Amino acid sequence: MAMDQNATLADEPLNDLTGEQAELVQYLTFMMADEEYGIEILSVQEIRGWEPMTVIPNQPDYVKGVINLRGTVVPVIDLRLRFGLEKIDYSDLTVVVIVKVLINDNEKIMGIVVDAVSDVYNLDKDAASKAPEVGEVENKPFIDGLINVDEKMVVLLDLEKILDI
Amino acid sequence: MKKILAVDDSASMRQMVSFTLKKAGFDVTEAKDGQEALDIAKSSQFDVVISDVNMPVMDGITLVKNLRGLPQFKFTPILMLTTESGTDKKTEGKAAGATGWIVKPFNPEQLLAVIKKVIR
Amino acid sequence: MSIDLSQFYEVFIDESFEGLEAMESELLNLEPGDVDSEIINTIFRAAHSIKGGSGTFGFMAIADFTHVLETLLDQIRNGERELESLHVDLLLKSVDCLRSMLNAIQNDEPQESEEAEELRKQFQAILDGKSHDETASDDGESSAGAEAENTNGGDVITIWDIKFAPEPHLFRTGNEPLFLFEDLQALGEITVTANFEKLPELTDLSAEDSYLSWNITLDSKATADNIKEVFEWVEDDAEIVIKKVAQIEDFDFGFDETEQTSTETAEDTTESQTEAPAAPETSASNVQPIKTEKPKAPSPAPAKSKPAEKSTTKSDSTSIRVGTDKIDSLINMVGELVITQAMLNELGEADEFDASKLTALREGLAQLSHNTRDLQESVMRIRMLPISFVFSRFPRLVRDISQKLDKQVELKLLGEQTELDKTVMEKISDPMVHLVRNSLDHGLESPDERIANGKGETGTVTLNAYHQGGNIIIEIIDDGRGLNTAKIKQKAIENGLIEADEELTDDEINELIFRPGFSTADAVSDLSGRGVGMDVVKRNINALNGTVEVSSVPGQGSTFTIRLPLTLAILDGQLVTVGQNVYIVPLVSIVESLQIDISKVNSVGGGLDVLRLRDEYIPIMRLYEMFGHEDAGKKLEDGLLVVVESDNEKVGLLVDDLLAQQQFVIKSLEANYKKVDGISGATILGDGSVSLIVDISGLIKLAGLKKAGRQGLDFSKPVSEAV
Repeated sequence: MAMDQNATLADEPLNDLTGEQAELVQYLTFMMADEEYGIEILSVQEIRGWEPMTVIPNQPDYVKGVINLRGTVVPVIDLRLRFGLEKIDYSDLTVVVIVKVLINDNEKIMGIVVDAVSDVYNLDKDAASKAPEVGEVENKPFIDGLINVDEKMVVLLDLEKILDI
Repeated sequence: MKKILAVDDSASMRQMVSFTLKKAGFDVTEAKDGQEALDIAKSSQFDVVISDVNMPVMDGITLVKNLRGLPQFKFTPILMLTTESGTDKKTEGKAAGATGWIVKPFNPEQLLAVIKKVIR
Repeated sequence: MSIDLSQFYEVFIDESFEGLEAMESELLNLEPGDVDSEIINTIFRAAHSIKGGSGTFGFMAIADFTHVLETLLDQIRNGERELESLHVDLLLKSVDCLRSMLNAIQNDEPQESEEAEELRKQFQAILDGKSHDETASDDGESSAGAEAENTNGGDVITIWDIKFAPEPHLFRTGNEPLFLFEDLQALGEITVTANFEKLPELTDLSAEDSYLSWNITLDSKATADNIKEVFEWVEDDAEIVIKKVAQIEDFDFGFDETEQTSTETAEDTTESQTEAPAAPETSASNVQPIKTEKPKAPSPAPAKSKPAEKSTTKSDSTSIRVGTDKIDSLINMVGELVITQAMLNELGEADEFDASKLTALREGLAQLSHNTRDLQESVMRIRMLPISFVFSRFPRLVRDISQKLDKQVELKLLGEQTELDKTVMEKISDPMVHLVRNSLDHGLESPDERIANGKGETGTVTLNAYHQGGNIIIEIIDDGRGLNTAKIKQKAIENGLIEADEELTDDEINELIFRPGFSTADAVSDLSGRGVGMDVVKRNINALNGTVEVSSVPGQGSTFTIRLPLTLAILDGQLVTVGQNVYIVPLVSIVESLQIDISKVNSVGGGLDVLRLRDEYIPIMRLYEMFGHEDAGKKLEDGLLVVVESDNEKVGLLVDDLLAQQQFVIKSLEANYKKVDGISGATILGDGSVSLIVDISGLIKLAGLKKAGRQGLDFSKPVSEAV
């Protein structure tokens, strides 16, 4: 999976409030329904292509099933469906990002289905505005903040909340 | 390399004795009671035997008596590991043919000091 | 040489726990007044080992505590003291106390406790009450490790005359006079004169005997005790006379160290000059320009390593003791595996592969799968331990509780060698304790009540374990009053668990005690109370993929039956398909699989169909429906019915097809996801895909078919009426 490295913004001012000593955190961003979302790269274990998986009975539609990740049984969550976005067919570009999250003090490994992986940025988390300004009301609890990168808006996600299902 | 037979039913003591002696450059064989020690001893030779007194199956005193009966152990230094405070166990051990004793608790340094009393 | 003693802590703690277990079970075998010396010996040995080890590894609180125990046991062992029941009680308490002290070591906590101190005082009081010389002399022993302190007797140089005349048998004690002289030399300057008087003619000489005696002159600051110490091991094998010949006062010239102090030491002065400046601050009394300074003498920087008080690393891993026979069998398996591998290798490396080799390849693969299965079984067996590990805690528990309750109880243990997985064992212990407490508290009657009911005054609690299929069954049987169904029912009505007019069989009523929010105790007693109900017991057992049931006959007693899988790691299962999905049904729950004779299917309403199978009615659960798989065959006659049983209920699972039966390594679904109703876990199939394991009792619950519940259906009656 190619990740575009050239857009790293480590030494550019991210916005007016950025102090000289800003602590930068690396984010992996991915696309969904033309929006760019970011998750902390430290939680990312690996990125896989979409594969057929074993369905878990009687689960919400966003739980796509479980896969075998080197002997560990890992659930896969479709982020579009989790966010109530429109369902699309899985394609060659569809990826499953394997993340490690701490849910209720238990470390869990889960996969999230996204449209495509986009970029890796160094971002100042503190510079993100906390509340989304427009729309997205439904998904507000999943959102950690919004941040501008290159005049694009990136939605930083709170994976722990998203995956606490 | 000098060979030592270490006999103790307590695994931790046995390991401690054995580890200490090995580190000091001895070749150590372990046995977990008198009977096992005797079985080993019958077909081999040691420069020193260190044995606990209180052990199941065969106690240390009986072991010493039996060892002294083997030709190759007639003059071998045999040290008893004992926590017995009264002199009776020491006397009993001596009467059975033990060379000397080490009183538990002891630390590795003390163990080596005592070993040096019988082999140089 | 410095040795890190903490590396031995774990072994010491393990063996001490084992020793305490042995101590406890032997103590429970003891009858005061009638003392079996072998039993006392075993108990003594356990205490003795713990004392020795704890002292050596620096756990002084434990060493001091076991010391009093050991002294008392020694007196009993030697017949100096009668064993009293008070002793047994105190010793049992000490076992508990020592356990918590050992736990404290594991948790890096201080071992001292008020409880230990209190017990120690009680032991001391017993020992003092009937004073023994032993106790007095024993006290010296704890400081025995602190030798090498006073080797320098003082500031006085004494000239000693020592006579050493060994008995002929000296060599046969393994002692060597030369070494003794060398030890004396370490104390000071010696002159040795040999005495040949007793040396026989060569013809009479026995090479094994010692004939010589020696006179030794020693100039040393050492005391008579220091010298005696050298001869400590041979004092019974030799005539030893130690005489003080002369004493030279050691005047302290203080400021001028180089000045000669006495003529006798003149020749040593040069040497001591180099030594003296090395420790100038010891000044005053100790400045003694004489060579007898022992290397061991107190030095400015004490090198003596203090036994480590806290362990440097605390490992969380638990260890398991494995019989060598199990290891041996494992090694054999691996040996066979290597042979098979060699054979397959040979096939693979052959230049050309033709059909003729196919048979050999098939054989090789068959052998490989055989080897693999054997190996797997052997490895699993390593985790299997006899249930006696759990049973062993009950004699003590029963003794303590029956004393508290003033009941007379006999505990019978059956099937102690029945093996089960260590993990299961660890988790079943607490529920069992609870059930036994319950039997003692509520099941068994008081002696008076028993006599009034025409029973013997001693009640019996039996723990029985045995294997049945892939399960281990543990029964807790008492011959007490049995469950009081009227009372249970009333309570259940009061607590809103059932309706007042509900018709229930006795078995169904008894099952109510496992429902959350139920408690039979009129007054919550100290024993059964504890805030833990039977529902928790049941939940804990269910969590192990096990079940618990109760059966009871009024006036005759109750039996609690726990059924557990032997291991949590491996499952014998049947692969079934439901549409594209492959599920695993645990083989233990499968009664039979059959094609459905549609003429024997009846609909009983509520969308429920039942199959008449011989004289039973089996409700049909359509898995595709329950699991929401639309792609599956929906007609009863097209599919297969897997009849399964759980919690005494039989249901039929409608599936599309049956595939292979095999063993599966169970993987947790909860580890990364959560508990899913109707699914107990997952596994990975040969092709790498994940397959889910069907949880039969969960499924029955999911379908709302649970008996004995208000919302459920009772098949025994409505079905027969409906047909």
